[in-house]
Amino acid sequence: MTYAAKTLSEGRELIAFRIGDQEFCVNIMSVREIRGWTPATPMPHAPQYVLGVINLRGAVLPIIDLSLRLGLKAAEPTVRHVIIVAQVGQKVVGLLVDAVSDILTITDENVQPTPDIANEAARNYARGILAIEGRMICMIELEALFPQIESEAA
Amino acid sequence: MDMNEIKEIFFQECEEQLAELESGLLKMNDGDRDPETVNAVFRAVHSIKGGAGAFGLDDLVSFAHVFETTLDCVRSNKLEPNQDVLKVMLKSADVLADLTNAARDGGGVDEARSRQLIRELEALANGEMPAASEPPAAKAAPAPKASAPAPAAPTPATAATSEDGFQPIPFSFDDFDGEEQPVAPYVPTCEVLFVPKRDLYAKGNEATLLLRDLSRLGEMSIRCDMDKLPLLQDMNPEEAYFSWKISIATDKGEDGVRTVFEFAEWDCDLEVRTIEDEPEAVAGDDEQPMQPVPFDLSILDDASDVPAEDEPPVFEQPVAPAAAVEVASNVVKLAEAPKAEARAALAASPAASQAAANAAASTAAAPTIRVDLDRVDRLINLVGELVINQAMLSQSVIENDNNGVSSINMGLEELQQLTREIQDSVMAIRAQPVKPVFQRMSRIVREIADATGKSVRLLTEGENTEVDKTVIDKLAEPLTHMIRNAVDHGLESPEKREAAGKNPEGTVRLTAKHRSGRIVIELADDGGGINREKVRQKAIDNDLIAADANLSDEEIDNLIFHAGFSTADKISDISGRGVGMDVVKRSIQALGGRITISSKPGQGSVFTMSLPLTLAVLDGMVVTVAGQTLVVPLTAIVETLQPEASAIHSFGASQRLISIRNSFCPLVDVGRILNFRGTQANPVEGVALLVESEGGGQRALMVDAIQGQRQVVIKSLEANYTHVPGIAAATILGDGRVALILDVDAVVAASRGQPLKQEMSLAATG
Repeated sequence: MTYAAKTLSEGRELIAFRIGDQEFCVNIMSVREIRGWTPATPMPHAPQYVLGVINLRGAVLPIIDLSLRLGLKAAEPTVRHVIIVAQVGQKVVGLLVDAVSDILTITDENVQPTPDIANEAARNYARGILAIEGRMICMIELEALFPQIESEAA
Repeated sequence: MDMNEIKEIFFQECEEQLAELESGLLKMNDGDRDPETVNAVFRAVHSIKGGAGAFGLDDLVSFAHVFETTLDCVRSNKLEPNQDVLKVMLKSADVLADLTNAARDGGGVDEARSRQLIRELEALANGEMPAASEPPAAKAAPAPKASAPAPAAPTPATAATSEDGFQPIPFSFDDFDGEEQPVAPYVPTCEVLFVPKRDLYAKGNEATLLLRDLSRLGEMSIRCDMDKLPLLQDMNPEEAYFSWKISIATDKGEDGVRTVFEFAEWDCDLEVRTIEDEPEAVAGDDEQPMQPVPFDLSILDDASDVPAEDEPPVFEQPVAPAAAVEVASNVVKLAEAPKAEARAALAASPAASQAAANAAASTAAAPTIRVDLDRVDRLINLVGELVINQAMLSQSVIENDNNGVSSINMGLEELQQLTREIQDSVMAIRAQPVKPVFQRMSRIVREIADATGKSVRLLTEGENTEVDKTVIDKLAEPLTHMIRNAVDHGLESPEKREAAGKNPEGTVRLTAKHRSGRIVIELADDGGGINREKVRQKAIDNDLIAADANLSDEEIDNLIFHAGFSTADKISDISGRGVGMDVVKRSIQALGGRITISSKPGQGSVFTMSLPLTLAVLDGMVVTVAGQTLVVPLTAIVETLQPEASAIHSFGASQRLISIRNSFCPLVDVGRILNFRGTQANPVEGVALLVESEGGGQRALMVDAIQGQRQVVIKSLEANYTHVPGIAAATILGDGRVALILDVDAVVAASRGQPLKQEMSLAATG
């Protein structure tokens, strides 16, 4: 919490990434590492957006098709895809995205509210949109995307 | 080391002392009258009291003090430790444990109970003395009986004045009439050499105070050795220069003397020995005691800087000073001519060789170190990684090397063996005897026996069976439930038992043993056994089975593991509301274990738990299912077979049975259950794994192919993901990919669809 309080005045850093033709970003503090795609072991009875699990230096890491989770079309992972390893609550998950595009430093003034045309699901995870050099980047809140992970960690 | 750390160590030691205390009391309860046992019990309480005093834990101190006083009466043979006395003492040990826990974790204790026990203990120490002194008199020859009460009378007064006013004289009175006791009125003399190190003073101990404490033990003469005192200009004010030679007449023995130095013994060199028994020999020995002293001193001088520099000032170092002396003498022996030293030792008086024997005895208990569990876990994790890495390396070498006979291959094989060995040794670090858990159970039994008014005896066997620490930690809860159930529901009331011609005292037997790579824990009671009629009726009432279901005895017995099932006529606050056995079963399963029950009406029930020795690795069969690699725990597999088309029989709409040696066993398609494929695979193309599930029922699990057998390191799925039905955990295979470990019981349960009812209908036809 102290971090959030500090960064409000100093500006905070975000990692921006692409999924299809859209750009999204998450707080850089929740990102542990970025790695290439490796085939995942499918999990039985898993939601469709869970592609499976991979071995991250001895730990079992679930891989999430972020595109599908955000309500976009399912990804077809290739070697070009990357996995953003992120901390969500107490757990660590891998987010499959098309590519990492940028590291942004923003202050609160850069953030515009989520437009009210967005559907319920989008409004749940979207924490605002950024306009940077003519691009539109949607800021997402990972904890809101995976509430079940949060609650189970508790 | 800050205060909290020291406190933490104190509480850890308390736990050990409490365990020691309890096991000592239980031994005494079984008729053990070895003074060493009594001393051990006394020491345990004394150490807790001493430590508690240092931390200002007044409740603990005052209780321990009363306890100690009473124990002292036992120790000095003023109080016969009969069953009644021990019952109070065992309860006191429980309260002491409660107080310790309360002091550590906060929270309250049952003050009424502890006050009550304090009264009982005090009564034992004072008022009931004459009554309690009767048994020893009765045990002795009947003739002196008349004289026994008279001299016993003055003793209560001295005992009541507690340790401060301890007087050895009334004690010898007691001995006069207790003729069967070989102890002569003569009070043995101890020779004590006390050489403080500078640390002793640095830690705030004071030699004067220690010596004053010592003087309370009996008549003593003391000589201060000031030879080492340098000239004033060379003197370091922080250094310790004095040493003392004390000769003390005490009936407390060497242990009593050592107890005085208990909290300083790491910071001083202490030599205690008893001068030979016969009074006439004392005169002869009088000259000799001086001889061994310089001998010992020389060893200490030579070696004292070795341990002094190496040893950090740790409190937990459980190496007794005597052992240090032995080590020191070993060092000397290695450095100098060993034979000369040995001869010198032999030439020394018998007392010295006795001291050496004592030192050897105290080293006999293997030295241990206390290690943070996190460090061990880290090591285990790393070794797990090493095993995976080694497997990956082997696999890629095999893939790239077609000849198969290269030096690399041989090296790899050796590496594989080494990693296996490392893994086994690391796992062994975590292995602990189940003793602490078993000991806790004896308390549970006592409490429930009290609450239910039943008389119960707990027998334990195989307490030293070792199993992984995590298994032990998680074992306590289900075991508690089961013990409670066994006493509350299993055993009948004393009247009923007597009516049935049994010993009114019920027996609960707790056994642990190793069997084929697992630990098997058995809990047997000699109660009434499971009332099958009642269980069956209850199951029908609760809609668990159909009214006309045809169940075998075994199946009825297993019904008690079903959720929300309780057959006790009234719900007692001891064994709860029928959640007991259900919870037990689930927690045992969570440990990768199985629980089974066998019961004979009128003779009792036996619960058998089979648990893995470790939760970190597992022997598994690697199989392929619908293109995926899965691991099936080897312990679940009874046999594997290649089904023939003629052995497969359809049953109902979608069920299929396989006939194995003329019995039919339901086929379960693993790929289907796990949703890996939509349609059922053709059994003839795959392999069937005959597995035994918890209820004892068999299932044939269909997989596509068997890849091999392998030991795998268990990785938690829950850490970053969630629990997946049908999957117990994950592991990492040689190719670096994650493979899932099948939860056989869950798969079998899922194959039943509607869990219990359907199984029953199947069982009825089979």
